[in-house]
Amino acid sequence: MTQAGWISGWRKPSVLPGFGPALGTTLAYLSLFVIIPLGAMVLTTFAHGWADFVGAVLQPRVLAAFRVTLLCAFGAAALCALFGLLLAWVLVRYPFPGHRLVDAAVDLPFALPTAVAGIALTSLYAPNGWIGALLAPLGIQVAFTPLGILVALTFVGLPFVVRTVQPVLQDLEREQEEASAILGATRLQTFTRVIMPALAPALLTGFAMALARGLGEYGSVIFIAGNKPMVSEIVPLLIVIELEQFNYAGAAAIGTLMLAVAFVLLFAINRLQRWTRLQHAD
Amino acid sequence: MRIDVNQPRPAPAAAASAMSRRVVRVTESAPVRWALTAAALGFTFLFLLLPLASVVVQAFAAGLDTYLSALADPDTLSAIRLTVIVALIAVALNVVFGVAAAWCIARFTFRGRNLLVTLIDVPFSVSPVIAGMVQVLLFGLRGWLGPLLQQHDLRVVFALPGIVLATVFVTLPFVARELIPLMEEQGAEEEEAAISLGASGWQTFLRVTLPNLRWGLLYGVLLCNARAMGEFGAVSVVSGHIRGATNTMPLQVEILFNDYQIEAAFAVASLLALLALVTLGAKLLLEWRHASELAATRRR
Repeated sequence: MTQAGWISGWRKPSVLPGFGPALGTTLAYLSLFVIIPLGAMVLTTFAHGWADFVGAVLQPRVLAAFRVTLLCAFGAAALCALFGLLLAWVLVRYPFPGHRLVDAAVDLPFALPTAVAGIALTSLYAPNGWIGALLAPLGIQVAFTPLGILVALTFVGLPFVVRTVQPVLQDLEREQEEASAILGATRLQTFTRVIMPALAPALLTGFAMALARGLGEYGSVIFIAGNKPMVSEIVPLLIVIELEQFNYAGAAAIGTLMLAVAFVLLFAINRLQRWTRLQHAD
Repeated sequence: MRIDVNQPRPAPAAAASAMSRRVVRVTESAPVRWALTAAALGFTFLFLLLPLASVVVQAFAAGLDTYLSALADPDTLSAIRLTVIVALIAVALNVVFGVAAAWCIARFTFRGRNLLVTLIDVPFSVSPVIAGMVQVLLFGLRGWLGPLLQQHDLRVVFALPGIVLATVFVTLPFVARELIPLMEEQGAEEEEAAISLGASGWQTFLRVTLPNLRWGLLYGVLLCNARAMGEFGAVSVVSGHIRGATNTMPLQVEILFNDYQIEAAFAVASLLALLALVTLGAKLLLEWRHASELAATRRR
């Protein structure tokens, strides 16, 4: 069992049994449930060549949906980064009563089914809802406008930022902040020049995760969005509409484009996570 | 916490009086701390807790009797039954997958291992609507296998199998993602010892691996089950919304809400919210009692 043996083979030798069956099960399962179905979608998209794909994707309604979805997802991810950083900061740095309750509440959007979040947010922000009634006199309507999409996506994306920033903030060495202060920096300077650079990779990772989640989100959005074509119609809803009209090729084309965007983000998140680990691996 | 740099070293009298006024800050001033804490608390209340409260309030808005009769509706009961069946199947399948994936990924080093880890994550970054759509494209009436299924009078889409397939797709990573890091952290020494002492592979797995994994497995099952029962987008595409037949609880919520039966919609939603709270509570309990036996809390 030499090093050379491992390099020529594809698996490092081990005394443990069961590699073959375990890998076989894993690959068969992944193929059956994920790879073949996604492959079928890509095949459906390109069954009649590139022209159909481009034609299906370049329709004004599809482009408008992508515009709304991207804008809202980016805006929501930015809000998630802002409030997520605030929550993570307060949870890690300031002891206060109810600390554990707030920490637990952060996971609520992960645990609450999206349809429940959707109808709850809709009834809160509708013009006659608890929050909507307060905003109505100011001329702000949230529900049934793109603003509602923003609210829903911020809700579902928030835990991603808090849960990626929180552990990094916990592990941050206070000595660096002390050194910065002793060298004459104000607290704000220390924050922007010492703390933020250390948090940046984690914050960006959380942002990218919230963005990825926001782009594909469906359940929490469709209730509050109003779903007006060209205005507040999101891409996943457009897929559902195309499928209901038996336009499989059109739906598959939109899905394939979304899948490509998702893979780009997945790749970016992987790189960001590696960056985070490198920065904190001393 | 404030550090007075003047404290540790005695300095000449003039310098000392000048320096003692310079206090080095390694935290924010009290007003800033209070303002940030208040902002965080306000945000948590308005944005996270208020939606939950509104579910409960609106569920009981028309009284307990209305609430109970909404839940006793035959279509709602059938939705609850279907949700439980689908979650049981999906969780069982994903446990088998998660254990198999964790065994080969965390116990062996082989080419393509990182690719496999990334592939397991794919369902998390794909829209749930796509998870549902791919089932329609494969098994729908005009899908790849649609004609074949029709010949044999089999239904996948708009029936239980399609709902299970879509649910398995979206919940696939939960168990594997908890078990893989946990097994990697625990290391293979115990299993290698068992094998060296003459135990068979299955004996090693059942008596060494599984007991070490039990809390992590339970943790993964909890999260997987919560998502399986609450999944909306993926199931919505494949279900066909046939009342009393292919509606799960989240779909029943949608139908009631769109029918303007607001109290009934929130009554069903309150059950799902309860599921979320129980899941969160159990998760916290596990993280607290068995912190060293969970991947999520092990490194803290």
